[in-house]
Amino acid sequence: MSETYAGYVAVSAARPGGMVTLRADPGNGKVKTALTKLAGALPEQRKLIGAEIAGQPVEIAWMAPDEWLIFCPRDTAADLVAALDKALDGLHHLALDVSDTRLRFDLHGAAVREVLAKLTPADMAALPLAEMRRTRLGQVAAGIWLSAEDRAHVIAFRSVGDYVFTALCHAARPGSEVG
Amino acid sequence: MSTRLASGGRLIDRETPIHFLFNGRKFPGYAGDTLASALLGAGQQLMGRSFKYHRPRSVVASGHEEPNALVNLGDGGRFEPNQRATVTELYDGLEARSQNHWPSLEMDIGALNDLAARFLPAGFYYKTFIHPRWAWKHLFEPVIRRSAGLGRAPVERDADRYEHYHTHCDLLIAGGGIAGLQAALVAGRAGLSVLLLEQSPHWGGRSPVDGATIDGAEADDWVKIALQELESLDNVRLRLRCQVAGLYDHGYALAVERLADHQPGAIPPRQRLWRIRARHVLTATGAIERPLAFASNDTPGVMLASAVRDYVVNWGVSPGDRTVIVTNNDDAYRTAIALHEAGLVVPMVVDARPGVGGPLAETVRALGIRVESGKAIAKVLGGKSVGGVAIAAQAGEGAVLETVPCEAVAMSGGWSPVVHLWSHCGGKLIWDEVSALFRPDPARPPTGADGSAMVTPAGSANGALLADAVLADADAQARAAVKALGARLPKSAVPQVETVAEQPLAATWIMPQGAGPALRAKMWLDFQNDVKVSDVQLAAQEGYASVEHAKRYTTLGMATDQGKLSNINGLAVLAGALDQRIPSVGTTTFRPPYTPLTMGTIAGEARGVLFQPLRKTALHSAHEAARADFEPVGQWRRPYCYPRPGEDRQAAVVREVKNTRQAVGLLDASTLGKIIVSGPDAGRFLDMIYTNMMSTLAPGKCRYGLICSENGFLIDDGVVARIDEQTWLCHTTTGGAERIHGHMEDWLQCEWWDWQVHTANVTEQFAQIGVVGPKARLLLETLGGMDVSKEALPFMHWADGRLGGFPVRVYRISFSGELSYEIALPASQGLALWQRLMAAGEELGVMPYGTEALHVMRAEKGFIMIGDETDGTIIPQDLGLSWAVSKKKADFLGKRAQQRSHMTDPDRWKLVGLETLDGSVLPDGAHLPAAGENANGQRNVQGRVTSTYYSPTLDRGIALALVHRGPDRMGEEVPVQDGKGGTVAARIVSPVFFDPKGEKQDV
Repeated sequence: MSETYAGYVAVSAARPGGMVTLRADPGNGKVKTALTKLAGALPEQRKLIGAEIAGQPVEIAWMAPDEWLIFCPRDTAADLVAALDKALDGLHHLALDVSDTRLRFDLHGAAVREVLAKLTPADMAALPLAEMRRTRLGQVAAGIWLSAEDRAHVIAFRSVGDYVFTALCHAARPGSEVG
Repeated sequence: MSTRLASGGRLIDRETPIHFLFNGRKFPGYAGDTLASALLGAGQQLMGRSFKYHRPRSVVASGHEEPNALVNLGDGGRFEPNQRATVTELYDGLEARSQNHWPSLEMDIGALNDLAARFLPAGFYYKTFIHPRWAWKHLFEPVIRRSAGLGRAPVERDADRYEHYHTHCDLLIAGGGIAGLQAALVAGRAGLSVLLLEQSPHWGGRSPVDGATIDGAEADDWVKIALQELESLDNVRLRLRCQVAGLYDHGYALAVERLADHQPGAIPPRQRLWRIRARHVLTATGAIERPLAFASNDTPGVMLASAVRDYVVNWGVSPGDRTVIVTNNDDAYRTAIALHEAGLVVPMVVDARPGVGGPLAETVRALGIRVESGKAIAKVLGGKSVGGVAIAAQAGEGAVLETVPCEAVAMSGGWSPVVHLWSHCGGKLIWDEVSALFRPDPARPPTGADGSAMVTPAGSANGALLADAVLADADAQARAAVKALGARLPKSAVPQVETVAEQPLAATWIMPQGAGPALRAKMWLDFQNDVKVSDVQLAAQEGYASVEHAKRYTTLGMATDQGKLSNINGLAVLAGALDQRIPSVGTTTFRPPYTPLTMGTIAGEARGVLFQPLRKTALHSAHEAARADFEPVGQWRRPYCYPRPGEDRQAAVVREVKNTRQAVGLLDASTLGKIIVSGPDAGRFLDMIYTNMMSTLAPGKCRYGLICSENGFLIDDGVVARIDEQTWLCHTTTGGAERIHGHMEDWLQCEWWDWQVHTANVTEQFAQIGVVGPKARLLLETLGGMDVSKEALPFMHWADGRLGGFPVRVYRISFSGELSYEIALPASQGLALWQRLMAAGEELGVMPYGTEALHVMRAEKGFIMIGDETDGTIIPQDLGLSWAVSKKKADFLGKRAQQRSHMTDPDRWKLVGLETLDGSVLPDGAHLPAAGENANGQRNVQGRVTSTYYSPTLDRGIALALVHRGPDRMGEEVPVQDGKGGTVAARIVSPVFFDPKGEKQDV
């Protein structure tokens, strides 16, 4: 599934990256301090920010009030888990390498918002850049965010990767522009 | 006969002639025609047959309200029945066929029903249900079933593509007539995001045909100017051919955009379903003209006055040389003027009102057209087409005063606002006595989440019928909507309209008012379903006083047009028959969609491979390459078995079981749920979730556990592994992963929110491969890298390590009774390990096995399966699993419930094995009959089969069953239903058929 579909928005399966799930309570001052110290900053509600952890470039996405998904280079996920465990040592938390749990798809083109709006009930016209929207695509759960006006990214569970890719291609089919 | 006029037709392009087929015959038309206008233009008036009496029918209307002109449209994968010719845009090569006739449109055997109408009264179906008893099954049902339905059902797969599109807006405006355009101007100028949708291919609604001077411009020009401004506004989106079909709570609306209906096979999707969230909705949906009920008003050539006007002005089509106008209002006089201007003859305007005056009537009189006040059509003369009309006094009983020869009749009984969208989500109506119409009641609107109105009606849809009133109302309503949305009102004036004043109409429900039974039995209310005035009156007479009951009894308004023309007339006749006022009878319920939607549009992208998401494991491609026979397990596809050439399913399963028991088999166990539970309170939490003790499990060990609901019933099972001091990994069933994760989070978030526990569903992170059989250890040793000996990795332990270079976690757990390792590793590496195991195991005779072999082997061992042995009413104690229910723990979910008297009742059905005496395989789900009958006269039962298989290991049928006091009855012979009406003898035995001491798995 490394193919790219040349629709009116280009759809491609992203190269596998690293993903780490982190659960901890930021309402606990010690947790917040430790994480802020480690990452420099934590994303606000629904936001996705770039950061650096243990010398590696990462992106941290807010997933829930006590959950983040951290994107990192593929081969650094285990080190990232270790770094998180170390920083939060003695504090209630759960850090797991979930790099194989989800697949990522990238959309590129002026109409990325429109193409996604064919599959998600989220208000794509209003979605700010760098905001993680947990929603559904067609009939499956997905996370969506825009890194630029013409670049959108989708994460979905591995088992439904074929479904998501096919659905995105259907939505991006040339001639089906909504305008 | 209808024909094409030499000139005129504002919507057609006479420079672009096109051709189409109707019933196989080639017809000419023009670009811009509808199928109906082209057929009329070509002189083809007969377009179909009615549903019940198969009466010849032609077009009545010119829009979506059309009840008669329904066709089978297209061919093959683009075939679609019941398409309204009036809104089917003509394209070159269009193919249409008329419906509901045999053998032909002109000569239809079913028309004999018409002669038998006396025997097919209202409620005919219901009466046949009852009396005589034998007749329904043997006589009526077969006949009715054969003749039911209008169009044919499509037989081929839909060749087109469809899609959905979600969008949000501040204000959704339904309808692009002058009211919708004015509202869009107001809201657009206020800066709101506006979505203006119009169902037809043209803006402006009726105004260009009906005529009005708006701000000094002809309606047509005003529409163009308005559009120019709207198109210049970035915050306004405009769509033609896009009908708001349904309105729902929370500002949710569905609209259907017809992108390629008029250009089949074009690149765009055929239709797009807009799924709209609007902060507010404005309905500018206009109004529909009502027919008049006079005898034989269904004769081809009798049309709505507005439709006649449309055909003349829009498409340059003459309905016939001579058209008699029959009306109870001034608006129909516009049709007389339009016909006169087209050079056609109007022999008479028959007006039910006494003493007709006013500017419109005077204009018509000045044209030399005869206007007859206080008159009615007693009946239409002719059969398959209009030959003339008999005139009578409206006040009388139908004595014919004179007959007027004509080819067409244009009728108008007044107008009904299109209140459908308003009503879809709960808006109520009020009866307007002056205009004789139901319009939205501003005091009882559909309300949004905050309790305020979420819909605003405007223009004709709000009962404002004349152009000046329409624009004034639209402007005022749009301003109210803008204000309600909190935007700043723009400074702009209401467009100034010059219109001709109209005289009030006279409500006319039956024509003539004193018509006797013979005439009433020929007065059609619902043209498509053949419901006549006499039917509604009969329903009232038989006690159907409620409008909803009368509707179902007579089928009034139950056809594909949902009574757009017939509802108001029908309920007015009902009110008359019941001697009640119209508003106290009320309307039937308006339900979405406004017009029927194609299934494909509702499905959108969800068809073919996208019909349903299929979950595929990381090993899926290996199974496909091995030509696995897949079965659905939830949304997963799992190999049922891997048949080899020449093998059927049964043979493959037998081979897979034997090979696994004798050599080594591989199972894709990736679908098993895997939930990480971690934190200082994780042990305490799992002790509540599971019936047995998990907090005492030592790291490195595994334990089988049961999960019950708080009512005590078993909901899931699986092996729990303790990872470290604070972390457990809980395996769930395949179908239980999301459900049990949700169950855990529910209790954590809602009840034990202060416990320090995190859960994570990591099911998809891992591929999991079962290596099962006496040679399993040999196979793993071939890969090397990890000590998998009994000493290093005993039964019910797990260990992390590297196996053949793969990072793995190996669990020594067994669902087959064999030496078994379940190997979990990151999903992306699963396929490579599977392939390595298959290659390395070739000499050992390794074979993959599927879910059926898995089931057979677990049944041989008496292991239960959630969903087979459980059905939501079974507790662990029923299944001989008391050993897995802690007696020491103070509490766990289900503990209290399992102490209830019924749960501890010794008479409960409990799990046993069954062996047929003859070795045969019992049918699944078979009951064990007992002596006597229950209170309902049904045979008593004493148990049922929950799992049943042919056991290749034992070469006989084995079954698990829940049997009354089963474990106390070991060795007893019991009868079991054999599925063929008889019983087969079976012996109650232990549910563990194979290796009862568990020696094979613990080596």
